[in-house]
Amino acid sequence: MNVMEHPDRPSAGNNTRPLTVAESTGRPGQGYKSDYIAIRDYSFFYGGTAQVLFNLTMDIPERQVTAFIGPSGCGKSTLLRNINRMNDLIPGIRHEGDILIDGNSVYDPLLEVISLRKRIGMVFQKSNPFPKSIYENIVYSLRVAGRSKKSELDETVERSLKGAALWDEVKDRLHESAFGLSGGQMQRLCIARAIANRPEIILMDEPCSALDPIATGKIEDLIHQLKEEYTIVIVTHNMQQATRVSDRTAFFYLGKLIEYNETEAVFMNPQNPQTEAYVSGRFG
Amino acid sequence: MQWSKSDAIIVSETWIHIFLVRILELIFMNSNRTKSSQDRPSGEIYVWLTAMGLAIGLLMIISLLGLILKNGVAVFWPKPVAEITFREEAPGYRGSRTVAGVITQEKNIDIRDLTPEQLTASDPAVRREKQLFMGNRDRYGESFAFFTLGDIEKVEYPAGLIHAERMEWGDGIFYPLAIERADGSRITVEDPQFDTTLRALVNEVGERRERINEIERGKIGPINAQLRAAEMDERYLVRQDPRTPQQEQQLAEARQRIATLMGDYRPLAARAQELRAEQRLDRLHYRLPTGEAQSQVLGEFVHYYWPNQLSLWDKVQLFFYHIWEFLSGFPREANTEGGIFPAIFGTFVMTLLMSLAVTPFGVLAAIYLREYAKQGLFVRAVRIAINNLAGVPSIVFGIFGLGFFVYFLGGNIDQLFFPRSVELGVPTFGTGGVLWASLTLALMTVPVVIVATEEALAAVSRGVREGALACGASKWQTIRTLVLPASAPGILTGLVLAMARGAGEVAPLMLVGVVALAPNLPIDGLFPFIHFERKFMHLGFHIYDLGFQSPDSEAARPMVFATTLVLILLVIILNLGAILIRNRLRRKYLSSAF
Repeated sequence: MNVMEHPDRPSAGNNTRPLTVAESTGRPGQGYKSDYIAIRDYSFFYGGTAQVLFNLTMDIPERQVTAFIGPSGCGKSTLLRNINRMNDLIPGIRHEGDILIDGNSVYDPLLEVISLRKRIGMVFQKSNPFPKSIYENIVYSLRVAGRSKKSELDETVERSLKGAALWDEVKDRLHESAFGLSGGQMQRLCIARAIANRPEIILMDEPCSALDPIATGKIEDLIHQLKEEYTIVIVTHNMQQATRVSDRTAFFYLGKLIEYNETEAVFMNPQNPQTEAYVSGRFG
Repeated sequence: MQWSKSDAIIVSETWIHIFLVRILELIFMNSNRTKSSQDRPSGEIYVWLTAMGLAIGLLMIISLLGLILKNGVAVFWPKPVAEITFREEAPGYRGSRTVAGVITQEKNIDIRDLTPEQLTASDPAVRREKQLFMGNRDRYGESFAFFTLGDIEKVEYPAGLIHAERMEWGDGIFYPLAIERADGSRITVEDPQFDTTLRALVNEVGERRERINEIERGKIGPINAQLRAAEMDERYLVRQDPRTPQQEQQLAEARQRIATLMGDYRPLAARAQELRAEQRLDRLHYRLPTGEAQSQVLGEFVHYYWPNQLSLWDKVQLFFYHIWEFLSGFPREANTEGGIFPAIFGTFVMTLLMSLAVTPFGVLAAIYLREYAKQGLFVRAVRIAINNLAGVPSIVFGIFGLGFFVYFLGGNIDQLFFPRSVELGVPTFGTGGVLWASLTLALMTVPVVIVATEEALAAVSRGVREGALACGASKWQTIRTLVLPASAPGILTGLVLAMARGAGEVAPLMLVGVVALAPNLPIDGLFPFIHFERKFMHLGFHIYDLGFQSPDSEAARPMVFATTLVLILLVIILNLGAILIRNRLRRKYLSSAF
């Protein structure tokens, strides 16, 4: 399916050549906030003392794809998981500074963590469909929120599967087990599950690292479509993937933010020598 | 048939010989370092040893089950009745030269019982004896007797013998002579209609017995229960001195109730009396094989057959009839006759109640320990304590159950809800019952369930939990909708183990509610249908009672084997049921991680 001709794209059908990454980015200034996810002087500690993130400050714009890249252990996954406070499961953690989403702190004591997580969808490195049917997998978020009207659930399933480009493949086996799908399909199912509740943000932690190139390509096309509606933050090891899908890229090293700019600038014209060394493959 | 000591030694020696030779072979082949032996995989001998261990274990289980199966099933197969004629010079039995009965075993006479002549005699037959089950305990005083082979002249299987099951005094083995009807007419055994008439009369007697049972258990039983309650009220109120006007009214009401109930009871009792009298109308005259003449009312006969005239099909039918009677009948004659249905039912009810108690208790405890409790020293200590609980001897649980459940909890419940029974000294819950027994066993098997559940919960992959949390589920929702269903197969395994352990325990039950003979079943048609305070019968305890407490241990032996077989089968059925459910759940929730 040609991502350029998707009916939901604002200028579908008018183009005769593929857009570059720069041209296909959403344009801030059209009502989309540039500091939708605002990370302010954020530090994070495991076990109270072991610091893994050092005074990070960055703005992640709305309705764009932001990529976090860097060598293993540089803290990009940790930062990603802190946006929806998934690291709260680990005992003994501590943070300083703040993360704000649309102006509200995620650490606001009046904010229930569960309602925060309902507004953010997450896709993990290893696809983790629930041991239920495809239908039940997708409507899980709605059920735990207490919504169980069948018409609403059916509509959600169709919309989410279409949004994840999986509908045609599974529409006649919705009530079969999710484990009957292939690896790529399972990951797309997880993406469908993540967007079922209409979140505002989708966080993706190396979603394609366990997939073959064809499945990876399909998911990258999907990300292109999804960014029309969602703010996407993706952690990836694959620099070519970052080039292909993201609008902005942040390079992390040993828990510090080294460089953060438009993707083309980071890869073609890196300001920092460490960035240059990483993107040219000299280490990582 | 029993395993004699020499048989057992021969069998085990053979097996040890086989295994030893194979091992030695392996050892010596390994030590010959030839060119090709470098390719021989090392450690092969350990594989062999473990396989041998498994094989020995399986062999022991199969032998044991086979022994129980053979002895247990043989009880039900109808056997021919032999008539033995003694030699002229031999001492007879009760003055008779003939005696008849089922030959139950033949063995060498214990050396210590041999007389000097028997020891030195050349004919080995004088040192062997046959055991005969003669029945007719009302006349002989005993059912079994031993007869030396050397005294026997001939053994025949006469067709005219009847083997009859009776309500009292066990089986009868005799030659029928004639049926005497109420009107005085007689039908002798030579009459071609004798067997059909006798069969028809015995069936009639059986149906009438059922009707009497219906009236007595089904109708008079509830009236008796209400009568007892009303009488207890009356007794309690009569002791109140002085009485308030309200109590006077209650007393009058109670007396009125008693009068009404007695009014209901009398015609029913009269009808039952009538029927019982009808049972005594016809008589059967017969002659014992040792010559004595006797007669009995037909109402005392349950069933009969001609043991030496049976075709194979007859025997098969009788076989299933015996099994059915055993499984569905109620016990007679101090548990040595009749069926074991109340024991089966009691075991089943208690195991079910125990499972219902242990599952929520164990699963919730495991969920808390694994998911919610902060993992530290305290939680580790709790886990160690739980594991140690599994090693406590079961009789200690029985004593705990007696002290805590029966005396403390039961006593307090009686004080609060049944004050009248306390005053009258007849405890309701303050004594053993099916509820306390189930709870005691549940306590005993809870560690098994907790450990199995914890393992099952830990096996659910982290990815599933994280996915659920990322969808906005709370921790409890994650557990309820995803983790628990996925752990269900493991939890059921724990339940199977718990049931197997609980169904077989006897020692704790003796203290908290099992009796040798219970007057009624714990579940019946009277409200509230499940009577938690009633005492009940149990298969394991029944085996103990039969084996060690019965007056005639030889008569009880077949019942012991048969009851053991039923207990093992019951546990197997319960386990199979749980395993089937578990397999169905496994297919449904199979995780991609495995």
